[in-house]
Amino acid sequence: MTTRIRFLLQLGFTLLVCLFMIVPVVMSALAGLTENYFVGLKSGLTLRWVNDVWQLYADTIWLSIRLALACLTVTVLLGVPAAYGLLRSRRRWANAIEEALLLPVAVPGLATALALLLAYGHYREFRDSWLFILVGHVLFTLPFMIRPVLSVMRTARLPQLEEAAASLGAGFWRRFLTVVVPNCMSGILAGALMVVTLSIGEFNITWMLHTPLTKTLPVGLADSYASMRLEIGSAYTLIFLVMIVPLLVAIQWAGRLTVQHH
Amino acid sequence: MTSSVSITLERCGRTFANGHTALHPLDLSIAAGETLVLLGPSGCGKTTTLRIISGLESPDAGGRVRFGERDVTQRPIEKRDVGMVFQNYALFPNMSVADNIAYGLKIQRLPATEIRQRVDEVMAMVDLQGFGERRIDALSGGQKQRVALARAIAVRPKVLLFDEPLAALDAKLRDRLRIEIGQLLRELNITAVYVTHDQAEAMALGDRIAVMQAGRIAQLGTPQEIYHRPSSAFVADFIGAVNRLEVIGSRPQGRLVVHGGELHGPHLSGLPSIYCRPEDIQIVETNVAAIQGCVIQSVFLGQTQRLMVDTGSSTPLQVDAPSREHWRVGEVIGLTIPPEVLFHPEQCNSQRDVQEVAHG
Ligand SMILES: Nc1ncnc2c1ncn2[C@@H]1O[C@H](COP(=O)(O)OP(=O)(O)O)[C@@H](O)[C@H]1O
Ligand SMILES: [Mg+2]
Repeated sequence: MTTRIRFLLQLGFTLLVCLFMIVPVVMSALAGLTENYFVGLKSGLTLRWVNDVWQLYADTIWLSIRLALACLTVTVLLGVPAAYGLLRSRRRWANAIEEALLLPVAVPGLATALALLLAYGHYREFRDSWLFILVGHVLFTLPFMIRPVLSVMRTARLPQLEEAAASLGAGFWRRFLTVVVPNCMSGILAGALMVVTLSIGEFNITWMLHTPLTKTLPVGLADSYASMRLEIGSAYTLIFLVMIVPLLVAIQWAGRLTVQHH
Repeated sequence: MTSSVSITLERCGRTFANGHTALHPLDLSIAAGETLVLLGPSGCGKTTTLRIISGLESPDAGGRVRFGERDVTQRPIEKRDVGMVFQNYALFPNMSVADNIAYGLKIQRLPATEIRQRVDEVMAMVDLQGFGERRIDALSGGQKQRVALARAIAVRPKVLLFDEPLAALDAKLRDRLRIEIGQLLRELNITAVYVTHDQAEAMALGDRIAVMQAGRIAQLGTPQEIYHRPSSAFVADFIGAVNRLEVIGSRPQGRLVVHGGELHGPHLSGLPSIYCRPEDIQIVETNVAAIQGCVIQSVFLGQTQRLMVDTGSSTPLQVDAPSREHWRVGEVIGLTIPPEVLFHPEQCNSQRDVQEVAHG
């Protein structure tokens, strides 16, 4: 009997915590769909605000998607060979470099952005283009690609597999493309989802680096909160959620896949 | 099949960056089509030697590796035409069985029909028909090693290299696969180097065996030579069981006094100790025995039993007796050892020298 009571208490507490966290999300989403938030749901549901957001901020959404995909491409192209290099290099060096790579994650984004502005801000063309923001995003997300790839590489017995491939006549590039890359796919996948999610949601660095013509979704979001009706800000949030939640689910799924694999 | 090639190592040593000398400079010739087994305890340098032959490791400066007449010292492994089979299979987990086997053939840019035909052919050779579409992780250890073998021979290499390929398998499977590998090596008539720490495997597979000890070749010879005429106490001990009898006195006409009695061994006079194998000692009635002792333990081995006999020396004498005989602990046992089965490693060396001179 007492175990049953204890179970019910625990269940109640868990539900309460969940509610505490979920209610604001639901409220915000609903706010974006109600005619008038201050009147409440009885004013009726509408897609007007979503539509308004699309009219006002479609550019930011496209830019965020473009940035995320570009960032993904760059981090895969840099991160996978970098992880491989770390795998092959001496342990001591590898650890030092891995830690150095984490710096942009540990240092506040504003500081990273300021450093970028000081160093490259005077190249006007570059500074005004979205590529400037891309550099910031790559700096920030690269370790999230390298780490899972490296950890999968470390468990995959790659040196052995490469030796076998070499004995069959495979040169370096063939080994890299047919043995190394396919055997750390689960790490690349996990890293890719992480990179895309972080890039889409990144605010600190982007806010410092953006220009009126290079606004991303989170920057637009801050903008709308500050200057628009509450319903528009909420509708905007809703769009953001619709983009990011499937990615988060996919991250969980990829994580499980990686664990199963080894 | 590509015609097989001889392998020559000249002064090949290997000292690692940490200063550890895994291999002292050694010379070794392996004839075309021969199977050479590198045998020795863990850490004696077998893998290092194999990796130098394969090209995965370079010998220290001054060392040379030749395949036939060709110096391949500077060639990386992918240009050496060697097939390798590793202890832990090293199969590509991202490919099916057939794709694993076809990997090297695709690199050779053979036409697709020929690749398919060759894959089928080698899968039949290793008894894996119908497994082509299987995933690697859906195979047993024995099947994995067959795939690895098939993958290595599919490209028709000049040399096949094995690094303890059976060490991860259980005993029954190990025996079966050992026999199959032996048959395959004979069929292919390919030059092969086979690393193992298992003496039974070495004797079954090797045309010759190189027994290694601490980075050196302790003895190189046919299995019979290694077993019956070991060149050192280490080799004698490593290959099978051996008794060392201390000679505590000598009598005229080559009679040697040992603990428990006297032996006839005119060819061994003057040596401080003599050696013999447990299976060469005969059990006889005590009244005609050369040596007597007392059974202190019997270890049942299946096809035979090994008796530990106390003759008064510091270590008991090991004697093989028929499996069905019953020996009680404490029972007195009579033994004789014919002179021709008695040996001494140093004596084996000088005999060999004499033979070599005679042949030379
Ligand atoms: N890369 C390496 N660096 C340093 N020492 C090594 C390296 N590879 C092997 N060794 C050492 O060299 C010796 C011989 O190794 P190995 O050839 O693998 O022996 P075996 O195959 O006979 O067990 C061992 O003592 C081993 O620890
Ligand atoms: Mg080894």
